[in-house]
Amino acid sequence: MSDLTNILFSGVGGQGILLASELTATGLLASGFDVKKSEVHGMAQRGGSVTAQLRYGKKVYSPLIEPGGADVQMAFEMMEAVRYLPYLHKDSTVIVNTQHILPPSVATGQALYPENVLDELIKRDIKVIAVDAFTIAKEAGEVRTANVALVGALSVYLPVEEDVLTDIIERRVPERFRKENLAAFAAGREAATQS
Amino acid sequence: MTEKPQENSLWMSGNEAIALGAFEAGVGVASGYPGTPSTEILENLVHYPEVYTEWAPNEKVGLEVAIGASFVGARALATMKHVGLNVAADPLFTAAYTGGKGGLVVLVADDPDMHSSQNEQDSRNYALAAKIPMLEPSDPAEAKEFIKQAFELSEQLDTPVIVKITTRIAHVKGVVFKGERYQPQEQPAIEKHPEKFVMLPAMARRRRVFVEERMNRCTELAEELQCNVIEEGDRSRGFITSGVSYLYVKEAFPDAAILKLGMCWPLPEQKIRKFAESVDTLYVVEELDPFLETQLKALGIDCHGKDLIPSIGELNTAIVRDNIDPSQKKQDLFEPVELPMRPPNMCAGCPHRGIFFNLSRMKVFVSGDIGCYTLGFLPPLNAMDSTVCMGASIPMAHGMEKALGDDAHNKIVSIIGDSTFVHSGITGLINSVYNGSASTLIILDNRITAMTGQQPNPASGNTIKGEAAQSLDLEALCRAAGVKHVQVVNPHEVPECRKIIREEVERDEMSVIISQAPCVLLPEMKLRKPVSYFTNIDNCVGCTSCIRLGCPAISWNPFKEGEAEERGYKKSQKGFSQIDEVLCNDCGQCASLCKFNAITRGEG
Repeated sequence: MSDLTNILFSGVGGQGILLASELTATGLLASGFDVKKSEVHGMAQRGGSVTAQLRYGKKVYSPLIEPGGADVQMAFEMMEAVRYLPYLHKDSTVIVNTQHILPPSVATGQALYPENVLDELIKRDIKVIAVDAFTIAKEAGEVRTANVALVGALSVYLPVEEDVLTDIIERRVPERFRKENLAAFAAGREAATQS
Repeated sequence: MTEKPQENSLWMSGNEAIALGAFEAGVGVASGYPGTPSTEILENLVHYPEVYTEWAPNEKVGLEVAIGASFVGARALATMKHVGLNVAADPLFTAAYTGGKGGLVVLVADDPDMHSSQNEQDSRNYALAAKIPMLEPSDPAEAKEFIKQAFELSEQLDTPVIVKITTRIAHVKGVVFKGERYQPQEQPAIEKHPEKFVMLPAMARRRRVFVEERMNRCTELAEELQCNVIEEGDRSRGFITSGVSYLYVKEAFPDAAILKLGMCWPLPEQKIRKFAESVDTLYVVEELDPFLETQLKALGIDCHGKDLIPSIGELNTAIVRDNIDPSQKKQDLFEPVELPMRPPNMCAGCPHRGIFFNLSRMKVFVSGDIGCYTLGFLPPLNAMDSTVCMGASIPMAHGMEKALGDDAHNKIVSIIGDSTFVHSGITGLINSVYNGSASTLIILDNRITAMTGQQPNPASGNTIKGEAAQSLDLEALCRAAGVKHVQVVNPHEVPECRKIIREEVERDEMSVIISQAPCVLLPEMKLRKPVSYFTNIDNCVGCTSCIRLGCPAISWNPFKEGEAEERGYKKSQKGFSQIDEVLCNDCGQCASLCKFNAITRGEG
C-alpha cells in the first residue's frame, strides 16, 4: 500500500542481519509507526542466503513485501544485493556492504564470483549506496560491529531521529562493546550521508 | 527480545507471543519436540518459572505428557511442527474422546513453502479428522489471544483444542499487548474418571457419542464466537478467509467485505450462509488445501477458491490480488539475474562433514534422515541418497536389504543424528536387529538437536532449563538392542574413520558406528581459545583433497595463465587452497587429509 514503506534486508546467514533489522524495527516503533517484520529460521541459517522483511506505516497487515515492493534494500553482501532484484522497483535505494562472501560453488572452484555485480543494479537506474562496513567496523575497534555500521547507513533513509537509534543501540549491545558500536553507527551514517 | 513502544505493548514474534499467551492462560505443564517453525515457543516459555516446560524426545511423548497433566487438572500445552503432528496423531485422536480436566491445547506450526520442512501439510485436516476444534490466528497479537481462548474453549467443551499457525505467524514480529495471568481455581489433584479416562471399547463407544454432541455444541458456539467476525465493506466482492491469508486479502482488497474465521473448525454454517448471500461474488482465500472451500461447497454455497488461488506454497498480497483481479497486476517487474546459488552448508568444523566425505568416496547407498546432516546431500559431498521422515533411515535401509537379498551386502549405510535416533530411530534399530539385518548404521552424535538451534535432548546431559540431566548412553543402548558390533569414532580423523566404516560395511552382521564430536555451535565450543589451521602455501600442490570437504573456511585460489611458474610451483599446478583463519573452527579434518604437510594447526 502506498502509505507503507518496505525494507528488505539480505545477506548471508551469520552476518548479524537479525540484530540489524531488530534495531531498525525498534527505532521505527519508538517513532510511532506500526511495524511488522518477517524472518525465516532453520535451514536458512547455515551460511545460506538470508532475508528479513520489514514493513512500517500507519497500519501494517501483511508481513511480506511483494515483488516490486521493496523501497529500500539493506544488503550485507555484494551478490546478495542483486539476488532479490525482482523485489526492487526503479525508485528503490540499495545500501550495500562492499563485502564478498564466497558461496560453496565459488569456494570450491566450480563457479566464479560475478565481476562488477552491482552493475546489474546501476544499469537499471537503481540508486546504489556502497558502504565498506568491514573497514568502518575495524576502525571502530571491533569487526563484529559491521552490522551496526550498516544500520547507521540505513538510518539516513529512516524517519527516525539519530538519538532514538543511538539510545536503542546503547541498551541493546553488550556494555563492553558499546563504544565501538556507537562509533560504527556514526561512521556508517556518515558514509551514507556522503554518498 | 522485547521493547516497550507504548503502554502494555510489546514487540514480539508469534512464537514469543504464544509463550506469553500460554503463561497468561495459566498453563502448568508444557512439552514438545523442536521443529521449525515451532521451536521458540518452548524456548521462551521456559523463562516463565510458573510454567513447567520440557523437551520431550518426540511429539507423541510431548502430547501424552500434556494429556497426563490435563487429566489431573492442570492446563497443558503440547507444541510441534506439522510433521510432528503426524507423530502425535495417535494420542490426539483418542484425546478427542477423553477430553481432559485442565484445558488441553495442541499448538501446531505448518510450513507452507517448505522453508525448513520435507513436505507441505495442511494441519486443518487433522481438526476435521480427529473431531477437534481448531483456532487459526493471523498475527502475533492474535496468536497470544487465541491461545488463551483455546484453553477456555477446551475446558468449556471438554475437548482438546488445536491452535494452528504457519511460518509467517511464528517468525513474524509485531506489536502484542500484555495481559494478566489467569489463576486456575483448583490445584491439580488425582481424580479417577474411568468412564472418561479409560478408553476400552465399552467406554469409548459412549465417548464417541459425546464427541458428536460436543462438536454440534461447538458448531453452535462458533456462530457467536467473537473471533469469527464479519468486516463490513464493499459487497461486490466478498471474502471468506482465515489465518495469515486474511492479512493478504485485507491488503489486496482493503475495502471489501470479509468474513474472517478465527475458528476454522467447526464452521459457523449460518454465519457463512448469511455472508455468502449478502455478497455478489464470493471468494475463499486460504493457503494449501481447499479446506474451507470444500466445506462451503458441501453446504451448497457457490464460491471461487482454488480455481484462482494456488494450493502449492505460501500466499502473499500479490498472489491474492493478481489472481482475483488481474487488472491490478504490477507491470515491469525486474527479472532475476543468474547468480551462483548460495545454499545452506554445514558449518566450518562440523563433525558430520568428515563422515559424509568418507561416504562420498564409497560406493554405497546412504539412507539418510532429518537434521543438519541432511545437508550432506549437497555438493561437493553428495552423500545422501534418501530422506523421508524422522527415523526412517534405519527401517528403509532394512527394507532395501530384504528386497535386494545378497546383492545388498556392503552397499547400504543408514545415517541418523543423536536427537533423531532418540526421537524415532531406536525402534527401527530394534527391528533391524530382530529381523537379522546386516547393514551398518552411523549415528552422528553431536550431543544436541542442532538444526533447530541447539536444543538439548535425552543424550545431551542437560534439560531445556540448562539443568544437569541423565545422559542417554547410546553405545549401551545399541548393545542392549542386540547389536554386537558397536564402534565409537572421532569424525575429525577422516582417514581413520574411513577404515572403520569400510570394516563395518564389509561385516555380515548388523553394526553401529557412533561418530562422537560436539556441534561447533554449542556455547562451550564457542568459548574455546581461538585456534585455527592455516595453509603453508609453499607446500600446497593443489591436489584439492581439502577443497573436496566443502568446508566454508577453505577456498580455492585458481592460478592465472603462467602464474604457477612465476610463483615457483610446478607448471601443471592449477591453484592452491587457503584456509580463512577467522572462519576455521579447529576441527582438523583438512589436515588429516593433507598428504603434503600443507596444513598446520597454530594459535593465531
